[in-house]
Amino acid sequence: MEARSHGPAALTAVGLAPHAMRRQRLGDTLFRGLTQSFAIGVLLLLGAVIAALAAGSVTAFQKFGLGFLVSETWNPVKEVFGALPAIYGTVVTSLIAMLLAVPVAFGIAVFLTELCPRALRRPIGVLVELLAAIPSVIYGVWGLFVMAPVLQTTLQPALIDTLGNVPIVGALFSGAPYGLGILTAGLILAVMVLPFVAAVTRDVFMTVPAMLRESAYGMGATTAEVVRAIVIPHSRIGIVGGVMLGLGRALGETMAVTFVIGNNHHITASLLAPGTTISATLANEFTEAVSDTYTSSLIALGLILFVITFIVLGAANFLLWRLSAKDGA
Amino acid sequence: MNIYARRRATNFAILSLSLLATAAGLLVLFLILWSLLRHGVPALSLAFFSQSTPAPGNVGGMINAIYGSAVMTVVATLVGAPVGILTGTYLAEFSRGSHLAQVVRFINDILLSAPSIVVGLFVYEVMVVRMGHFSAWAGAASLTIIFVPVVVRTTENMLVLVPASLREAAVALGAPRWKVVVMVVYRAAVQGVLTGVILAVARVAGESAPLLFTALNNQFWSTDMNAPMANLPVVIFQFALSPYADWQLLAWGGALLITLTILGLNIFARLMASWSSFSK
Repeated sequence: MEARSHGPAALTAVGLAPHAMRRQRLGDTLFRGLTQSFAIGVLLLLGAVIAALAAGSVTAFQKFGLGFLVSETWNPVKEVFGALPAIYGTVVTSLIAMLLAVPVAFGIAVFLTELCPRALRRPIGVLVELLAAIPSVIYGVWGLFVMAPVLQTTLQPALIDTLGNVPIVGALFSGAPYGLGILTAGLILAVMVLPFVAAVTRDVFMTVPAMLRESAYGMGATTAEVVRAIVIPHSRIGIVGGVMLGLGRALGETMAVTFVIGNNHHITASLLAPGTTISATLANEFTEAVSDTYTSSLIALGLILFVITFIVLGAANFLLWRLSAKDGA
Repeated sequence: MNIYARRRATNFAILSLSLLATAAGLLVLFLILWSLLRHGVPALSLAFFSQSTPAPGNVGGMINAIYGSAVMTVVATLVGAPVGILTGTYLAEFSRGSHLAQVVRFINDILLSAPSIVVGLFVYEVMVVRMGHFSAWAGAASLTIIFVPVVVRTTENMLVLVPASLREAAVALGAPRWKVVVMVVYRAAVQGVLTGVILAVARVAGESAPLLFTALNNQFWSTDMNAPMANLPVVIFQFALSPYADWQLLAWGGALLITLTILGLNIFARLMASWSSFSK
């Protein structure tokens, strides 16, 4: 539809005087320019975030160099800082979360698309999505007061007694059951990213053409076989996109993790031990950081987090975008 | 066991697992809500809604935090909603085939899921450091940055759903493009756009990470936007991690209040979307 094709004929057709027409066209230009400038504003915002974080972390990178990324020391008294424990904690808690959340999200998507009675699809889908609406700080409170004590007395001792004795893997489940720690944070994160992964997976499952599905059923395939042979191959890219979207969320999640991670700047083999993540370090220490080096090191952590999530989310959106482009064609 | 029985058994097992997964997801939702009600309801007294946050051992409430959260959310909405709606309008109405729109869409989707604590760091760098102190304005600014991408996304999605025939009819009558958008497209998509705004309100109302370094907290009643201001999420964070039982009780009360508000907003937004004339 071309809005600007008002020729003289159009003018007389709507009975507008030429100057009124010009005014309308000016209105068009202004309105378009206004919306476009806000769109550019969104781009500038991203640029500004990166620039501000980069400027803030200059002091830290000047002092510690790229060694900042691989140093394990975090000593506010001596003002020596390294990002490795926080990066390690961020990655490990997120991986645990994805490991637990993806199969469950998958199950939910299969349930909602293949099994659930039509009338219940929407209500159940909404209830699962409500999990995503609960604020992070609420997950934190719940994790600290309700989940951690339960884990400390049930799951963690059980893991220590069983897997803890297995060679190699045992190191992951050694030590005392603190209740708080990497594993607990991973569990909370799993619950938090579950609705995102489930929603995306469900949506890509829905894009599978009904004809493909019905052809398979027509040949006598069971529901499980339809899912395995038709639905999953057809929505592979979308599933990967959804999983990476969830991963991006998990990496940057702050408050819930801060409550249950235990804030310990040492890398320990055991998943049951307290650790820290980038976001938890920021939440715990930023307002207490008094020196320039300390503040700058924390901002550098923020920059690292932003870069990591930017890459993961960018890849996720690229995959999902490619999928919808293909779907629309 | 013949092949048919085995296939049926596999099918049954897999579908049972998917049912179990859904049950587990819903169970966690109900467990959280149940904990909030069990611990939070006893905290909701008259004082909770009428007094400011107390020193440990004193009677008090959360009125300063409730006020702070409300004010900063309102400011974020007043600034973020127009910005988000106009950006979404550009993407849906004026950007056909433009590279700028592709880039904006891509960046917006990243900002939508970007870690909110990084937004807090950014606003700390550009506002708090410049101004020399924490302030409610800085808090509201960081909430606005989180608010905008949500509205951009939903606005674009909702405007795209408006049938092209409506626009074409308006254009055929000689309406200029801006009138088509403002008087036809917006009117047709108003429920959808409002849904996005409400979802964004629900999103920022519970954000605590970006407020930690911007609005900070304030133990006292304050309406000064240039000073630190209490807000529910940060007070919940501080009080829940404190060793005082009465503070923890208030934290549960605040947690219940904010969760019910946000879930209520979400359900309301979804109902509104389903009233919309062009829902998917």
